Amino acid sequence: MAEVLLKVKNLSTLFRTEGGVVKAVDNISFEVRAGETFALVGESGCGKSVTALSIMRLIPTPPGEITSGTVEFDGIDLLKLRNREMRAIRGSKIGMIFQEPMSSLNPVLTIQSQLAEPLKIHMKLSSGAANDRAEELVNMVGIPDARARLQQYPHELSGGQRQRIMIAMAMSCAPRLLIADEATTALDVTIQAQILDLMQDVTEQSGTSLLIITHNLGIVARYADRVAVMYAGKLREVSDASDMYAEPQHPYTVGLLRSVPRLDSDKGAPLTPIAGEIPDLTDLPDGCAFNPRCPWAVERCFTDDPELEEISTGKQVACFEHASVALHD
Amino acid sequence: MWRYIAQRVLVSIPVIIMVGIITFTLVYIGPGDPAAIIAGDEATPEILERIRHDLGFDRPFPVQMGEWFLNLLRGDLGTSYFSGREITELITPRLQPTLSLGFQVVVLSTIIGISAGMLAAWKAGTRLDKNLMIFAVLGFATPGFWLAFLTIWVFAVNLGWFPVIGYKPLSAGLIPHLHSMFLPVMVNSILASAFISRITRSAMLEVLREDYIRTARAKGASEFSVFLRHAFRPSAIPVATVIGASIAGLATGFVLTETIFAIPGLGRMLVDAIVRRDYPIIQALLMVVATVLIGVNLIVDILYAYIDPRIRY
Amino acid sequence: MAAITDPATEWELAPPMSARLRGSLGATYRAARRDKVLAASITVLLIGLFLAFFAPTLARTDYERTDPVNRLLGPSTDHWFGTDNWGRDVFDRTIVGTRLSFLVGVSVTVVSTVIGVSVALVISYFRLLDSIIMRVVDGFLAFPTILLALALISLIGPSVGNIIIALSVTATAGKIRLVRGAVLSLRESTYVEAARAVGVPVPRILMLHVLPNIVSIIIVQATFTLAGAILAEASLSFLGAGVPEYVPSWGNIIATGQGYMQVGFHISFFPGLFLTITVLAVVLIGDSIRDHLDPKLRGRLKTTAHS
Repeated sequence: MAEVLLKVKNLSTLFRTEGGVVKAVDNISFEVRAGETFALVGESGCGKSVTALSIMRLIPTPPGEITSGTVEFDGIDLLKLRNREMRAIRGSKIGMIFQEPMSSLNPVLTIQSQLAEPLKIHMKLSSGAANDRAEELVNMVGIPDARARLQQYPHELSGGQRQRIMIAMAMSCAPRLLIADEATTALDVTIQAQILDLMQDVTEQSGTSLLIITHNLGIVARYADRVAVMYAGKLREVSDASDMYAEPQHPYTVGLLRSVPRLDSDKGAPLTPIAGEIPDLTDLPDGCAFNPRCPWAVERCFTDDPELEEISTGKQVACFEHASVALHD
Repeated sequence: MWRYIAQRVLVSIPVIIMVGIITFTLVYIGPGDPAAIIAGDEATPEILERIRHDLGFDRPFPVQMGEWFLNLLRGDLGTSYFSGREITELITPRLQPTLSLGFQVVVLSTIIGISAGMLAAWKAGTRLDKNLMIFAVLGFATPGFWLAFLTIWVFAVNLGWFPVIGYKPLSAGLIPHLHSMFLPVMVNSILASAFISRITRSAMLEVLREDYIRTARAKGASEFSVFLRHAFRPSAIPVATVIGASIAGLATGFVLTETIFAIPGLGRMLVDAIVRRDYPIIQALLMVVATVLIGVNLIVDILYAYIDPRIRY
Repeated sequence: MAAITDPATEWELAPPMSARLRGSLGATYRAARRDKVLAASITVLLIGLFLAFFAPTLARTDYERTDPVNRLLGPSTDHWFGTDNWGRDVFDRTIVGTRLSFLVGVSVTVVSTVIGVSVALVISYFRLLDSIIMRVVDGFLAFPTILLALALISLIGPSVGNIIIALSVTATAGKIRLVRGAVLSLRESTYVEAARAVGVPVPRILMLHVLPNIVSIIIVQATFTLAGAILAEASLSFLGAGVPEYVPSWGNIIATGQGYMQVGFHISFFPGLFLTITVLAVVLIGDSIRDHLDPKLRGRLKTTAHS
C-alpha cells in the first residue's frame, strides 16, 4: 500500500452565524494516499467544501473557525504552521481548483500574469522564465495557440478553457496533492468529462494525489480509487470506490445510489429519491443526523450518534445497523 | 479600445448640446430684461429699444440660440453686460487660481481618500477602521463653508500660521502660492477624501469576498499581494466614479471656498456675476463648468476601460 | 436563465413589500433600541422638527429686530449663543433657522421624489419619451447642483419658494435617472416577465410589481436628497442667494459671523454645529434604513457606502 500523503484527524470546523453555530465539519478523519484519487461525496451543504478549505486553511475567519483536529500533510501538521509557512505550501505542495470557472480567475489580470504568479512566488522564477513555463502549462492542459491565450483576459475564454487554466495554475508547481472542489459542476456534461480526464492525466503523470470533492456519483465511479461519503458534517462511510457501489453499508449511501440512474441495474428499476430534507445544520436531530430520513432507523439511532468504525479492511461505516443495510438487496 | 473611446466621445456630444440649450433657454426665459440692466435705471423706452435692437434681443429665439452656439464653437463666450469686455478675456486670469486649487485638491483627496479607505478595509472591523469611518461620515455631513470658517478661526485668526485672506499667484513663487492656498486646499481635500475613502473601503470589502481572491490565496499569494495586486484594481471602478463625482462637488465647493478665502477664481467670478445679474457671464460659466465636468466624466469612462478589460469590448 | 416552468413559483419571487413596510414604525423602534446611533439620529430629527414648528413661539427675543446696544455679545445666560452684529440673539435666530432648513429640505425631497418617481415609471415604458427625457436629465445633471440653483435664483429672484424650485430641478433629474435605472433592471427580472407573459396590464405591473420593489432604493435616496437639500439651502443663504438677511437661516447667520471672526466666533459656530448635526443625523438614518431594508443595497448607491 502506498504511503499516506494527507491524514486528516478529528477535524472540526464551525461557523458562527446569526442563526446559531453551525458545525460544518464535525470531527472527521480520513487519509489520502500518495498517487491515489480520493473522492469526498455528499449533497450540497454537507460540509465537503468546508473540509477542503479547512485543509488549505482558507476558511474565512470570522465567521468560520477550525476548532480541533490535525491535518497532517507529508508528516507536517498544517494547522500548526505559521501563516507564512502555510502560504509556502498553498499553490506549491497543494494545488486547488474551485467550482466557479467564471469567477475564480481575476477579471482584470491577463492569463499570463495569473499563471506566472505561483511560479514566481514558489519557484522564484524570473518573469521571462515564468512566462515561458506558463506557455508550456497552457500547452499541457490542451489549449491551442498558447502564446496568444496568455495575453488574453479570463472573459475571452470559455468556461472549459478557464477551468483548464485553473488546472494549469494549480499544477504549475508540481504539487503532491490537487484538490478539485466541485471543479466540473458548472460545466457542460461533455466538457466535464474532458476536464476530469485532463485532471486524471496530469496527476497520474506526476504521481500527484487527487482529492475530488463532488456530489456526482458518476464521477466517483469513474475516477475515484477510494471514496468517503459525508452527511451533515460527518463522514458516514469510507471505502474503496468499487466496494461502495457493490456493497453500500450506510443507509445514506444506499439512498444516494438509488437516486441516480445506473447502467448496470435492471431496466426500468425506479429511481427513489431520499425521503425528507437535508437537516438544518444549526438544529440537528439527536442521535444520528440521518435518522429522520432513514428507513432502517431503530430506537438507538435517535439517542446515540454512531462513530465511524472499521468493519473490514479499508471499509469504515458509521451506522449501528450496517449489517442489515448490507443485506438490503 | 479606440472604438470605445470614440463611442464615449460621441455619447458626450448630445449632452453638451443639451447643456447649451438649457443654459441659453434659462437666461432667455428668465424675467430679467438685459437691456434694462445694461442701460441702468434712467433709460428711456427708446434707448432700451435701441439697445435691444443693437444686441439682437429682438430676433426670434432659435436665431439667437443658433448664433450663441456658433459663437461658442468659435470660442466666443459673449460679452459682459457689466464691463462690456469679452468674457473669454475676463475668464483667462481667473483660470489659474481655480485650476491650481482643483489640481491640488484632486491629487490630495485621491491620495488621502484611497489610502484611508484601503487602510480601513485592511483593518476592517478594528477600532482604526471604525474611527476612520466615523471621520468619513463626519466629512460627508460637514458643510464646507463652515469647516472653512473653523479652520480660518483656528489656523489664521488664532494661530496666525496662514493669512486669513490674501491669495498669492504662482508668479509670486511656488511656496508663497502653496502657502496662501493651504487652508482652502485642506478644507476641500478633507471633505472630498471622506467621500472617496467610504467608497474605497466598501468596494475593497466587496471585492475581497470574490472567488478569485480565494484563488489568489490558494496560489500562496501573500495578503499584501492579495490586497494590492488582486483586489485593488477590480475595486477601482466605483472609486473612479466617486472621484469623478467629487470633482463635480468641487465645482460647488469652489464657489463657496473662493468666496470665503477671497481667491480670485472662477467661483468668485460667478458669485460676482450673480450679484450684478451679468447674465452672459453666468451663461458662459455654466457652459464652461458643465463642459469641463462632461470632460471629467469622459476621462472616468476611459479609466473604466483601462481598469477593467471587460469594458473595452 | 432557466425557463419559466411554473409561473406561480416565479410570482412568489417578487418580495412582498407589504410585509416589509407593515409595522415599519414598530420595526424602527426595535431597530433604534438595538442601535444607539440610530436612536440618537432620530432624536435629533425629532427635536429639529419640533423646533421647526415651535421655535418662533419659544424664542425669548424679537429675533428680527436690531438692538445695536447689545451687539456682538459673547454667550451668556441672557444670550446662550451670544448676539450678532445687530444685537440679535443668536440662539433664537438659530432655532428659528431650523424652520427654513426643514421646510426647504422636506419640500425638495417630497417634490423631487414624487415627480422623479412618476416620470421614471412612465418613461420606462415609452421608448421615444424615454430617450427625450433622459437627454434633458443628462443635461441638467451635467451642472453642479449649487451652480445651477444659483443661476436659477439669480433669474427668478430669491425667495423660499424659488429656492425650493431651484433645488428641486437637479434633485428631480437625479431621481429620474436613479429610479429609471432600477425600473429597467427590474423589468428584466423573471417575475415581471412572468406578469407580462400572463397578460397583466402595464400600469398594474408598475404599481404592483415594480414600484414596491424600488421603494427601498427610493427611501434611502430620499434621505440623501434631504441631507443634500438642507446643505444646499444653507450654502445658498450663505452666498446671499437665499432669504433676506433679517429672516434667520443657518446659512445667512454663518455668513454674518464670517465678517466678525475676531470677536464673534459664536455667531457662525453655533448655527454651523446645528447644521452639521442635522445633516449627520439624516445621513446616519439613511445608512441605517439601507442596512435594514435591503442589505444588498450596500455600496450600490453612488453617494453611499456601508459603514
